[in-house]
Amino acid sequence: MKMSNLRSERLPNIWCPGCGNGIVLRSLLESVEQLGLDTDKIVVVSGIGCSSRAPAYTNFDNVHTLHGRAIPVATGIKLANPDLTVIVLTGDGDSSAIGGNHLIHAARRDVDITVIVFNNFNYGMTGGQASPLTPVASVTTTTPGGNTDRPFDLVNLTAGAGATYVARTGIYFTKHMLDHLKKAIAHRGFSLVDVIAQCPTYFGRFNRKGDAGQMIVSQKDWLVLKSVADKKSPQELAGKIVIGEFVNIPPPGPAVVPEGQV
Amino acid sequence: MPRIALMQGNEAVAEGALAAGVRFYAGYPITPSSEVAEVMARRMPQVQGVFIQMEDEIASIMAIVGASLAGKKVLTATSGPGFSLMQEGLGYACMIEAPIVILDSMRYGPSTGMPTKVSQMDLMQSRWGTHGDHWLIVYSPSSVQESYDLTIRAVNMAEKYRTPVVILSDETISHLREPITIADVSPTVDRRLPAERAGYLPYKTDATLVPAIANVGTGFRTSFTGLVHSDTGFQTANGHVAEALITRLRDKLLSKLDDIIELEADRVEDADITFISFGITARGVAEAVDVLRTRGKKAGSLRLVTLFPFSDDRIRKAAGNAPTIVVPELNSGQLVLLIKRVFGDSRRIVPLNKVNGDLISPADILNFVAEEKL
Repeated sequence: MKMSNLRSERLPNIWCPGCGNGIVLRSLLESVEQLGLDTDKIVVVSGIGCSSRAPAYTNFDNVHTLHGRAIPVATGIKLANPDLTVIVLTGDGDSSAIGGNHLIHAARRDVDITVIVFNNFNYGMTGGQASPLTPVASVTTTTPGGNTDRPFDLVNLTAGAGATYVARTGIYFTKHMLDHLKKAIAHRGFSLVDVIAQCPTYFGRFNRKGDAGQMIVSQKDWLVLKSVADKKSPQELAGKIVIGEFVNIPPPGPAVVPEGQV
Repeated sequence: MPRIALMQGNEAVAEGALAAGVRFYAGYPITPSSEVAEVMARRMPQVQGVFIQMEDEIASIMAIVGASLAGKKVLTATSGPGFSLMQEGLGYACMIEAPIVILDSMRYGPSTGMPTKVSQMDLMQSRWGTHGDHWLIVYSPSSVQESYDLTIRAVNMAEKYRTPVVILSDETISHLREPITIADVSPTVDRRLPAERAGYLPYKTDATLVPAIANVGTGFRTSFTGLVHSDTGFQTANGHVAEALITRLRDKLLSKLDDIIELEADRVEDADITFISFGITARGVAEAVDVLRTRGKKAGSLRLVTLFPFSDDRIRKAAGNAPTIVVPELNSGQLVLLIKRVFGDSRRIVPLNKVNGDLISPADILNFVAEEKL
């Protein structure tokens, strides 16, 4: 990996030992490198939360915005300068709770940005509270008796909203993650990758998922490749999460042109 | 040659913004500001600009912040309920020093209030709506001409000082139609940009106290954050850095009051009674002062074109020596609090408030003066 794309002087990072965010960040930097993008033309935008600190460790223009607001800022940047590659790094709470409305509208507009969700099923920075992606029955500091709310399925949510590229991956599957991040960034139109990562400090500890290593390795048991899942029954897939590419509609999509200019 | 055009206040804001070089507009429909978006939706494509209707006012202000960071001059327009939603973005723009301009066309509040009725109830919100210590510029137009002129000035000031600027208009000015004069070319100001990548520190400032921050995508690799940041643009929890940042954000505006503050005094020198007002209310005052003068009453007016920064010294000097100061406003008493702060017990400060959704007419003022035996 090209170290010049990492802002080494900002290290060490703020993340807990065993956090999955660094692995996603590395995959992002490798994606950018392998795609051969002009790094002067990349802007990384984030909201608030653990994952939203990731842009500050990249040696690109980076905009740390407000909780949930990365996507409208990214939209403004992209429409103001369509030559730029605009990538949003966000968390499960940032993107689907406080920023949920912006997420579906960006997907609807098919604005040409890439949203990478660092999905660790809880709010890490504030101490492990439930997010809209927390699985049912999971223990968090705000669901001490187990979560009773059903989580969003980010893939179906954004696909339904009109996203033209949607994928899900997990950090155990490093090659799978890299391939899908690359395809999402290269995609013209709105793209989203739901990256399942671990938070051993809160989610893992509260739900007895073991240490970070065990949490990562366990992904091979409960994340199922789409090609495999397509041959299985719903009963066989109970408790599993399917990873792979779910939407890939090539351009010309309806959008890239902002509203009012058509 | 300058031309004369009949225009509505909202249209004048849109056209003023275009004349000032605004090429990005994001907004959300709300009475009584929607016409700004409608004009921009039509006009932006004609000037290779971008119009986008966002999903709400939160997204609208964040989109213009993003476009501003990418180098565009930007505008959004709203009214009280939307202005409330924009407050977090306004604070963010103050903190990262993004040049943005917001029109708040005041309607009756709180909450959804009376959407089509005028008020001046957002005065304090325009200054203190977002949390934390912060500074920004607020202008108050009293006519359609001034809606045009002050919008140009707002865009220029936003660029010059890298600050949010609010045009605090109201329902009546927004919907009023008046002939205005449009110059062929308006003076425009562009933000200062850094020259050299070597040693670039985005938030390092010189004597102007205004940083020369690169636009994103130009190779400078800037970091922006709403967290307290050092001159590197990166977050810090160092209290000394925080204090220096907040102090600079204050001083970059408060040290430029000659440039920012405009007050319009009319016959205050010999006045026995002076009215201090802003926006639409100042028009009723102007006529009332004329009438009072014809009746032999020495009346004067001080109109605040710039509402914030608010300089006690400048108000004191500009207001003359009238022993009685009347503060008419379309709210339950907001400007009067500041005027009382300026003068303390040295003058008789009399509030004149109207909160039924109608304007304060010249007759209202004359009746008030008579009834109160001022």
